[in-house]
This record gives sequence, C-alpha cells and structure tokens, in this order.
Amino acid sequence: MNYSATLLASLLLAGSLPALAEDVQHGENLYTIYCTQCHGVTGNGDGVNVPAMSVQPRNHRDQGEMSARTDAELFKAVKEGGKSINKSVLMPPWGGNLSDDDIHALVRYMRQLCCQSGG
Amino acid sequence: MRLKLLAGLVLTAGLFQPFPGALADTGQWLQSECGSCHALEQPDYPALGHAERLTRKGPPLYYAGNKFHAGWLESWLQDPVRIRPAGVFPPGAVVPSEEGDVIDPAKLEEHPALDASQAKMAADYLMELRPHDELIAATAYTPGAIASRMGELNFTKFNGCDACHSDGPGYGGLSGPELYTAWQRLQPGFIASFIADPAAWDPHTLMPKTGLNDSAVERLANYLKLIGEQAP
Ligand code: HEC
Ligand code: HEC
Ligand code: HEC
Repeated sequence: MNYSATLLASLLLAGSLPALAEDVQHGENLYTIYCTQCHGVTGNGDGVNVPAMSVQPRNHRDQGEMSARTDAELFKAVKEGGKSINKSVLMPPWGGNLSDDDIHALVRYMRQLCCQSGG
Repeated sequence: MRLKLLAGLVLTAGLFQPFPGALADTGQWLQSECGSCHALEQPDYPALGHAERLTRKGPPLYYAGNKFHAGWLESWLQDPVRIRPAGVFPPGAVVPSEEGDVIDPAKLEEHPALDASQAKMAADYLMELRPHDELIAATAYTPGAIASRMGELNFTKFNGCDACHSDGPGYGGLSGPELYTAWQRLQPGFIASFIADPAAWDPHTLMPKTGLNDSAVERLANYLKLIGEQAP
C-alpha cells in the first residue's frame, strides 16, 4: 500500500522509533489478513464479501465517521463484535482470534487509514 | 501415529537410513510435491506469528485425517475442483474495482491433479494424520435434522455465516470455502468442532471464533447436512 510507504518514510524522517514502525506494520498485516475480506483491500468498506451482505461494512477511510468514535469504542467493536455496540452481527467479534495487543495495533492502524493517509 | 512409531522402531534399531516402508516414502513424495504449498506437519504458529497467514499458499493438511472423508479426498485429488472461490488467501486474489473488490481469476491457480494410484497413496497417508483426535472427541455433536427455513435463518440472519460462505451455488460470501458441499467433503465431528472453535484448529484462521453454544453449533451443522445432501 502506497500509504504505508509514505507513513514509514515519515516515521524514518522524524528519526523515530523502529518499534512504532513495526507496530504499524503489524496492524496493517492483521488488517489485511482478517478485515479486508469485508472492509476491502483499501479499507473503503467494499470487500469481496459485500455483495452477499445486508449491511455495508464501515468505510475505515471515512474521516467523519471514524472521528465520531473513540479508540475505546473501536476496540470494543473489534473485540466483542457489532452486536456488543448494537450494530450488525455481520461485524464479527475477534476476541477469540486476536490478543488485546493485536486489537490495539488494529485500532492504531484504522486511525492511520482514516485520518493520516498520504495517498 | 503409525509413521512415528515405525520411525521410532527404526531409530531404536540403530538404523539411521530413511525407512524404506511405503508410508515413509509416500511422506517424502508428498513433502516434495505438496509441501511447498501445504503444511504436512503442524507449523510453530506462535513463533511464526500472524505473518504465517500472509504467506500461506494452501490449506493446512497436517490434520487431514481428522477433517476429510477418505473417499472424497481420493476422488478430489484426481479431479480437484475449486472449493474456495477466492483461493486460500482472499486478499491476495482480489482487486479493487468500481463495483468494489472483485476476484481476479488470473490470480487463482489450477490445482495439480494426481492419477488414481497416486491419489490412493496420498489419501491413505493423509488420513493417518490425526493430531486433533482430542478436539473431535470433545464435540457432543450427533447429526440430526433441521427444517430448511430454520437452518437458513441460523446460517444467515442469526449468525452471519453467509457473509463469508455460500450455502448454494451463487449465494453468499466468497472469502470462505463453499459450504453446500461441506457435508460431502468433511467429517461431521470436524464440521461441528470447527464451527465451535475454528482457532483451535487453525490459530490464524480467517473465520471468527464467536463462542457458539452446543445447540447453536448443532443447528448449523445440521443445516450443512441438509444442504449437503441436496447438493448435486
Ligand atoms: C464478515 C464481515 C466483516 C469482517 C471480516 C470484519 N468486519 Fe468490521 N464491520 C462489518 C460490518 C457489516 C460493519 C458495520 C456494522 C453496522 O454498521 O451495523 C462493520 C463495522 C466495523 C467497525 C465500526 C463499528 C462502529 O463503531 O460503527 C469497526 C471499527 C470494524 N468493523 C473493524 C473491523 C476490524 C478491525 C476487522 C478485522 C479484525 C473487521 N472489522 C472485520 C463487517 C466485517
Ligand atoms: C501450488 C500450490 C499447491 C500445490 C503444489 C499443491 N496444492 Fe493442494 N491446494 C492448494 C490450494 C491453493 C488449495 C485450495 C483450493 C481450493 O480451495 O479451491 C489446495 C487444496 C488442497 C486440498 C483440499 C484442502 C481443503 O482443506 O479443502 C487437498 C486435499 C490438497 N490440496 C492436496 C494436495 C496434495 C496431496 C498435493 C501434492 C500432490 C497438493 N495439494 C499440491 C495449493 C497447492
Ligand atoms: C469472516 C468470514 C467467515 C465467517 C463470518 C464464517 N466463516 Fe467459516 N470459514 C471462513 C474461512 C476463511 C474458512 C477456511 C479456513 C481459513 O482459511 O481460515 C472457514 C471454514 C469453515 C468451515 C470448514 C470448511 C472447510 O472446507 O475447511 C466450516 C464448516 C465453516 N467455516 C462454517 C462456518 C459457519 C457455520 C459460520 C457461521 C457461524 C461461519 N463459518 C462463519 C470464514 C468465515
């Protein structure tokens, strides 16, 4: 993804933390593996499964929508699923597959997707 | 496991050459023909991390004996029709388009086919791989009947399985294996156990572990039985 190259480059320019870059890469990998099947390979909510779904997955590139949520709300939605926040069961709970650390990395990655995208 | 036992006997006898028995030879042959895409032994998942899933080229086969019907396995290997519409790693086979992400058929390879005697040898060997007998033994599932409408509601509205799986040709999601043929392919105990806890089978599965109770699992497995027995 274009964007992650930009992001990595800016992290490097800022002379900063390889640990942070690693975390972003971890979040991006997890997102690619587990989330793009519904949320789309670009994160725009248009995944390959969408034609079969009655509720559109969230567009994680939509700054307005995503800004309306706190990190804690995103964390809960991912860990416990759509039902836990009175949303669709089509958003599954991932707490049985992913650790809390993994889910925190995903939340950080979604924040980059929505709001710091260079490309 | 039979193979391990034989290998153990050979080692105790102080013979350090590869055991010349048919099973061991088959194992080596499968490793060289299939091992580049399929795990024939359990990978060290914690050490490899989730990145293992990014580079996976075929479904794991190291628990084949806990999963497949032997007869299906032998015949599929001779005529390997597609099971996963978007391949084993959907993000690698789809491309964004105006209508959203679509499967790019050019990114899906044909599966190698075996002749009848190779397929028999491969199936015999793979059916011996049963590292998860304990998961099967832990399922309470006994196959039964469910009304078609109730089964469908469980599969769709209540549990959202249709987001990723098809329960009929042309229906349902594309990131998971087609399930209208699951009953023909898979052992009932595997179906129930995998639905209950997919991560116990595959720590990097793309299928969420939703914590379904025994009766919810039973209804879903019975629905797969119903549609599987109707399938062509
Ligand atoms: C089976 C399809 C599917 C998968 C896989 C999936 N999602 Fe979702 N997701 C949805 C749907 C549908 C919604 C919209 C729910 C609604 O609006 O009722 C959604 C909504 C969300 C929301 C917004 C919740 C809110 O506050 O409105 C977040 C955050 C989210 N998903 C994150 C993820 C992450 C992270 C992953 C991967 C670990 C993931 N999703 C995987 C279908 C999916
Ligand atoms: C180039 C990579 C590749 C090679 C080599 C390969 N396979 Fe596969 N295999 C795949 C993929 C990808 C699938 C998934 C096909 C599908 O779902 O449609 C698959 C599916 C299977 C399945 C069904 C598994 C399931 O869980 O549904 C079996 C059984 C199998 N292969 C056996 C073999 C055997 C035996 C060999 C060696 C003779 C072999 N494969 C060689 C890539 C490969
Ligand atoms: C987010 C997508 C997703 C959802 C939702 C989902 N699955 Fe799956 N399922 C998969 C994938 C992908 C696999 C194949 C294993 C893998 O690659 O992780 C799978 C495998 C299976 C298998 C084993 C089939 C085989 O051939 O290996 C069964 C049975 C199954 N799922 C049933 C269900 C049922 C029942 C539900 C609803 C409770 C469900 N799944 C919900 C994605 C999903």
